[in-house]
Amino acid sequence: MSWEIVMGLEVHLQLATQSKIFSGSSTQFGASPNEQADAVDLGMPGMLPVLNEEAVRYAVKFGLGIGARIGERSVFDRKNYFYPDLPKGYQVSQFFAPIVSEGVFEVPLEDGTLFPIRITRAHLEEDAGKSVHDIFTHETGIDLNRAGTPLLEIVTEPDFRSADQAVAYLKTLHSLVTYLGISDGNMAEGSMRCDINISLREKGSEKLGTRTEIKNVNSFRFVERAIYSEYERQADILESGGTITQETRLYDAENNVTRSMRSKEVANDYRYFPEPDLLPIVIDEAYIEAVRATLPELPGAKRQRFIESYGLNDYDAALLVPHHDMADYFEAVVKACNAAKPAANWILGDLSGALNRNEVSISESPITAERLAGLITRIEDGTLSSKLAKQVFDAMWDGEGDADDIIAARGLKQVNDSGALEAMVDEVIANSPDQVAQYRAADEAKRKKLSGFFVGQIMKASQGQANPQILNALLLKKLDDQS
Amino acid sequence: MSVTPQDVEKVALLARLTISESELPEVTERFSRVLNLVDELNTIDTADIVPMSNPHDMEQRLRPDQVTRGNNREALMASAPSQEQGYFLVPKVID
Repeated sequence: MSWEIVMGLEVHLQLATQSKIFSGSSTQFGASPNEQADAVDLGMPGMLPVLNEEAVRYAVKFGLGIGARIGERSVFDRKNYFYPDLPKGYQVSQFFAPIVSEGVFEVPLEDGTLFPIRITRAHLEEDAGKSVHDIFTHETGIDLNRAGTPLLEIVTEPDFRSADQAVAYLKTLHSLVTYLGISDGNMAEGSMRCDINISLREKGSEKLGTRTEIKNVNSFRFVERAIYSEYERQADILESGGTITQETRLYDAENNVTRSMRSKEVANDYRYFPEPDLLPIVIDEAYIEAVRATLPELPGAKRQRFIESYGLNDYDAALLVPHHDMADYFEAVVKACNAAKPAANWILGDLSGALNRNEVSISESPITAERLAGLITRIEDGTLSSKLAKQVFDAMWDGEGDADDIIAARGLKQVNDSGALEAMVDEVIANSPDQVAQYRAADEAKRKKLSGFFVGQIMKASQGQANPQILNALLLKKLDDQS
Repeated sequence: MSVTPQDVEKVALLARLTISESELPEVTERFSRVLNLVDELNTIDTADIVPMSNPHDMEQRLRPDQVTRGNNREALMASAPSQEQGYFLVPKVID
């Protein structure tokens, strides 16, 4: 039987505020357990929440970034459940009146088309603490540093039909929120966690199947693998005539399987009701316009501009834009050397390669945008061949100065003087009578291949500095003329 | 609105309350009485009334995003029944 996969995603995005959503504790990652949890975060009796204005602003920014509706009156609710890392016995969230609703998010797919995903809602809530099961033998350790960290939960409609679409959405979302500056997007530190609602139905059927929810998947790669593995599991059950149990599951990356989370089975009944300790958030038109005025150029618009004003293709633009540091770097290079395509090639090729190998981010690149532009300028004006340019690039990476310093210090100038090149060609031809004879006896198709020998000899003699275009023209003329 | 003993047992489970077999009839009866009162309120036409989420007719005030609380772990943990290495300890919870 042929199955269609139907998925909706819920992303928990950690907002990049300094302090927590309802208390003045720090949100910084990596502190010792419980050093960033005050009486409000611990749910001590009598403590009252005071809402962080930046969390509200970030939520509105996100809503505007996806063209969604901003609720003029949004309300917090209590989501009730018992778990040791939730000290109050409820999570303050938004259920009935979320701050953001009804948006459409356009996700560029690999073929360059845009795939619209409907955003049902995005609401503010507090994060829970962390349960640690592997330090103590007989107990579970509770660290409440994360309790009260502001989250924006972004919920989509069941619009995904493949793992590729889901991953493309997450990458685009990641790019958007980092552009907006509302989250650091650091998935390894849990700043972006994904729940996947997933069901299968027979191809062509309209009726949705029973879904399961895979919780807290925290990397793009794991999202993809969790989807494949859950798809297999559900398909096996359905094909052997079984039924899917609606439940919460956890992706076990080590064994590449999803497992049922029994603890969440009992009581999926959160009995939401309005949080009496908080008043409605009222957002007026003036506030929305003030936030709108602070929006940066967003990835979609930037991609379009890169294609139109720099003449880049879809592919290069799609690779340069998602990380705004890289997009900024690219623009700085182009500004200084005015050669967009070579700039894109160097950044996406040698520079990205070196950055990845050394695990350095582009904002910390040892080669500044100005220096890369200097290198590209020397290629464009013919001073450097592409082979010499790689040498200069490596030297710049090692901190030997800018391109001109390195060219001068190493005497790397490309030989463009046709008189000098002609002399080299003559010498090689004179010294290689056998190869010349072989070349001249060969047909057109073979000649091209045989000419490589001469090019190699001359490059060796010139230490790689002969201008390959001029050399080639001269060489072929000499070889062909006398045949 | 009539409440069954099963409804009461479910709510008790969600609230982590123990209600003994002998208490169940009385609790069910009292539960029903409260809900009947709410049912009476439900007969009022509220179509044109904005739902009230808080009895105070005010808006939420916001605070600036500043860290005002430092590490106060020792004091806050003083009343915890069990702790080690900076963690609160609870009976083992396994997923």
